[in-house]
Amino acid sequence: MRTPISYFLIVSAMLFAIGTVGVLVRKNALIIFMSVELQLNAVNLALVSFSRMHGNLNGQVLAFLSMVVAAAEVVVGLAIIVNVYRRLHSANVDDASLLRW
Amino acid sequence: MPLDNVVFWVFAPVSVGSAIAMLFQRNAVHAALFLIVNFFTISVFYLVLGASFLFAVQIIVYAGAIMVLFLFVIMLLGVDREETLVERLKGHRVLAITLGAGVALELFFAIRAGVGFATKAPPSFDEAVNSGGNVVALSRVLFRDYFFPFEVTSVLLIVAAVAVMVLASRPRRVFTRAGSETTSEDTTSEETT
Repeated sequence: MRTPISYFLIVSAMLFAIGTVGVLVRKNALIIFMSVELQLNAVNLALVSFSRMHGNLNGQVLAFLSMVVAAAEVVVGLAIIVNVYRRLHSANVDDASLLRW
Repeated sequence: MPLDNVVFWVFAPVSVGSAIAMLFQRNAVHAALFLIVNFFTISVFYLVLGASFLFAVQIIVYAGAIMVLFLFVIMLLGVDREETLVERLKGHRVLAITLGAGVALELFFAIRAGVGFATKAPPSFDEAVNSGGNVVALSRVLFRDYFFPFEVTSVLLIVAAVAVMVLASRPRRVFTRAGSETTSEDTTSEETT
C-alpha cells in the first residue's frame, strides 16, 4: 500500500467539516440528522486508517462498535423526529421553539 | 502507479463531492441518495485499508438499513415540503460556514502535527495482522479483548428497540390496575376527577 495514511485522514477531516457545516446551516431536522451520520462515518474512517497505521485491529473493533451505536442512535432519533412532526406538523427545527427564551 | 493509489484518487473526489452535494440539496430524498453514494465510497476506502469485514458491514448497516430507515421516515413526513431559507439569526449561515472552515483547518493542522503527510502504513498488514483473513482476525480481537463491550452493545440494541416501540406507539395505551385498557386521554381525565 503506497498511499500515505494521512490522505485518508484528510478526506475524513473534510467529511467531518462538511458534516459540521450541514448541522449548523440546514433547517430540516432529517438533513441535520444525516449530517450527523456523515460526521460519524468520517470518524469511523479515521479509526480504520489509524488501525492500518498502527498495525493492529483495535481501531477496526472500535469502528464496528461505533457503527452499532450509530444504528441504535438513528432509530431513536428518527422516532423522536416523527414524534415532533406529529405534534408540530413540521420537520423544521425553527418551529420547535417551545423552550426558546 | 499502484492500485490503491488509483482507487483513492478515483473515490476521494466522489466522496467529498457527494458530501458537498448532500449539503446543497433542497430535497431531502436527493440528500439521502447522495449520502448513500458517500457511504459506498467510504466502504471502498475500508476495503483499501484492509478492513474487508467493515466494508461489508458499512454497506449492509449504513447503506442498507440506516438509509432505508431514513428514506422511510422522509416518505412518512412528506417529501414535497420545501425548506425555508429565512434566517432566524442574522448572519447565521456565514458564521456556520466560517466555523466549518475553521474545523477543517484545525483538523488539517492536527493531522500534520500528529501523523505527518508522508507517513506510510506498514506494508505487511495482511500477513501480520490480517492472518487468516480479516474476519477471523477481527473476531479474534473482538471476542478476546473486547468481549464485554461487545456484549454491552447487545444490551444497547435491545434498549433502543424497546425505546422506539414506546416512542412510536401512537395511541398510548395504559393498563390500569383493574386490567381494563384505556387510552391516555381517558386516564388523564379520570385522574383529575
